[in-house]
Amino acid sequence: MHLVVDPVEWRALAQDIAAAGGRLLALWGTNRVGQCDTLHAVAIAPPRVISMSIAIADGTQQYPGVEDVFPSASRMQRAVFDLCGLRSTEQDTRPWLRHAAWPVDAFPLAADPMPSSLPSPIDDYAFVRVEGDGVHEIAVGPVHAGIIEPGHFRFSVVGEKVLRLEERLGYVHKGIERRFTELPILDGHRLAARVSGDSGVAYAWSYCQALERMTGTTVPPRASWLRALALELERIANHLGDLGALGNDAGFAFGLAQFSRLKEHLLRATEQALGQRYLLDLVVPGGTRNDLAPAGATVLDEYLAQLTDEVTVLRGIYEEHTGLRDRFAGAGAVLPELAAWIGLVGLAGRASGQTLDLRVDAACAPYDELAVRRCTRQDGDVLARVTLRFDELAESVRLLRRILRAMPSGEHAVAVPVPEPGAVGVGLIEAWRGPVVTGLEAGPDGTILRCHPQDPSWHNWPALEHAVIGNIVPDFPLINKSFNLSYSGHDL
Amino acid sequence: MSAVAWLTQFLEVLAALVLAPLFLGWVNACRAWLQNRRAPSVLLPYHGIRKLFHKDAVIAEGASPLFRLAPYIVFGAMVAAAAVIPSMGTGLPFRSAADAIALVGLLAIARVFMSLAAMDIGTAFGTLGARREMMIGFLAEPALLMVIFVASLLSATTALPLIAERLVVQPLALYPSLAFTAVAFTMVLLAENARIPVDNPATHLELTMIHEAMLLEYSARHLALMEWAAALKLFNYACIGFALFVPWGASIGETGIGALALSIPALLAKLAVAGLWLALLETVSAKLRVFRAPEFMATAFMFAVLGLLVHLLLGA
Repeated sequence: MHLVVDPVEWRALAQDIAAAGGRLLALWGTNRVGQCDTLHAVAIAPPRVISMSIAIADGTQQYPGVEDVFPSASRMQRAVFDLCGLRSTEQDTRPWLRHAAWPVDAFPLAADPMPSSLPSPIDDYAFVRVEGDGVHEIAVGPVHAGIIEPGHFRFSVVGEKVLRLEERLGYVHKGIERRFTELPILDGHRLAARVSGDSGVAYAWSYCQALERMTGTTVPPRASWLRALALELERIANHLGDLGALGNDAGFAFGLAQFSRLKEHLLRATEQALGQRYLLDLVVPGGTRNDLAPAGATVLDEYLAQLTDEVTVLRGIYEEHTGLRDRFAGAGAVLPELAAWIGLVGLAGRASGQTLDLRVDAACAPYDELAVRRCTRQDGDVLARVTLRFDELAESVRLLRRILRAMPSGEHAVAVPVPEPGAVGVGLIEAWRGPVVTGLEAGPDGTILRCHPQDPSWHNWPALEHAVIGNIVPDFPLINKSFNLSYSGHDL
Repeated sequence: MSAVAWLTQFLEVLAALVLAPLFLGWVNACRAWLQNRRAPSVLLPYHGIRKLFHKDAVIAEGASPLFRLAPYIVFGAMVAAAAVIPSMGTGLPFRSAADAIALVGLLAIARVFMSLAAMDIGTAFGTLGARREMMIGFLAEPALLMVIFVASLLSATTALPLIAERLVVQPLALYPSLAFTAVAFTMVLLAENARIPVDNPATHLELTMIHEAMLLEYSARHLALMEWAAALKLFNYACIGFALFVPWGASIGETGIGALALSIPALLAKLAVAGLWLALLETVSAKLRVFRAPEFMATAFMFAVLGLLVHLLLGA
């Protein structure tokens, strides 16, 4: 359902959606030449997906913010200002993605070119200070002792206890949205797949879905089944990697060695079956690049049998190991009430009793036929997120078996026409981390006027700040890993 | 004092310096095998130290002379400790000075200087590490002393070489009190040497570090000395364990060159078994929450006290 509303109606609509238990999934702005700038939002109130365009008549006018209705909107609104210059009534006017790398009055997505001389990148970001006896700050990152993505975490602590955590992200902002506007619309899926490498299939599918919806293309059944195959393989690969890393972060290196081995076998089986270790280029507009040969299906089938046996044993070890349980249980808890208020989505949301799963609630083909079983946990702690990964892994194995058995025959790709200028489409795919939403608008002559991929991490990063309150500093890496949020997909 | 005694003394320090990185490499290799990984070369710690000695040192802004001095003091303390631990023979020229309480003091000096140097720079991580190290230390030292008291009650002396001698000279018997203290000693060894479950020597997560957090600002020769000192500390602890609980194989008293030569393979064999045992303990455990470490150390202390009680009640 697509609605065109004015700014005042937008706020009322947001309140209605929230009252109906809905979630805001994406928010972005579009600058236009010779027309009003627009704000766009995608929300879900199962089973309905609502996409909205909000015309902002005067670019200098503030539009009403919805951060009090959907807390995760706060950072999105700040990012909309940094990139498009559309200001909301949001109280927090600190930059979010702009790290003083471009002047405060220049907007990268606005039509006019960026100034050629850029200011010195000295960034004076006002972190919230916690005052009190014995309170001190620990600044961590963006450069870490290990090779991980950059993010800055400012802890206010007393002894080892965390009173407050404030995140600062945006260090990997690389101008992906601007780059989209320079690409032909039929080629954009390749960049989309690389927005956040661990969710390549989900991003590419979400982009192609938006493109196919705006052009009215019907994807052949075999293609959508192949896409689901790839998406579930991606989910399993990430869950295997995370389960190993979570063991390792709790000092249990045996877990890392075992799960890394299983993940490597999966990547090799994937390469044999579909031609790539990470399936960044499988999903293309109109279908898939490769078909699955019978031999490839056999390779995957054999792998799944072996995986099920080994994961059962490892799950037993993880569940019975006293030391691991002690580290996992109770750490970084986000209780369901808090999760509902923050609007936690995806895997982390389901570990905190939030049921939303686009494979069930907004099922596209072939998920409408696959009958995905929803997995949820209520405790919201690291243990719940670990257990949920085991549950979802088992469910994905079940889905993969079904897909391999019941895959329809036929062609695996059709041609997609160049969309009309001004055509819009939205794609929604449940990646392993949560819902990936892509808003796409066609420009003239097969160009992209605007493409906005929204990572689920936008909704879950704020929850991490709540999750660590009251925990001890050395437990933060474990809690952070249990969420395993994207930096690249968030910073764009 | 005979020439053999001086030779023993000299060989012991030399063996500590040479074998300490090898022992660390061996523990790491065993860990890798137990985790189904391909093991790095057991010589890797030597390469690391050599590489670091060839680099130019970078000193953090605002570092006081203490920061530069600390690696030499820590390393010196560990070498001095190696000189008083009877790893190969008990007939040492320093045997009158080789008091176990003095040994605990030497280890404490190293700890204090390391912590001071970590706080000297004023970074959050150094202070964090130093604070945790002192927390572990003040709990581990009493447990270690208690272990030594039990052993010295059995042999009526606190000199480590004499404790080792008495145990060998006495007719072979099982000492329940020593069994309890051996458990306590193993726990202290794990905690004091930044091993799992108290600390994780392989971690890259700066917020969870204890020992590594204190070394974050060191580079080149300073870091090499600190790493070497850490390897020496592990080696020393292993040798204290041998002296207290399995002194057989070391040359006892004033002996000839033959017994000394025999003690070298004995030491190597004991180190090999100890390394495997250590790796096994580390592989099956996960790292404790930092606030569980006091409980862990309290358990170690309790085991040592149990050993003491067993000795007093049963006289064994």
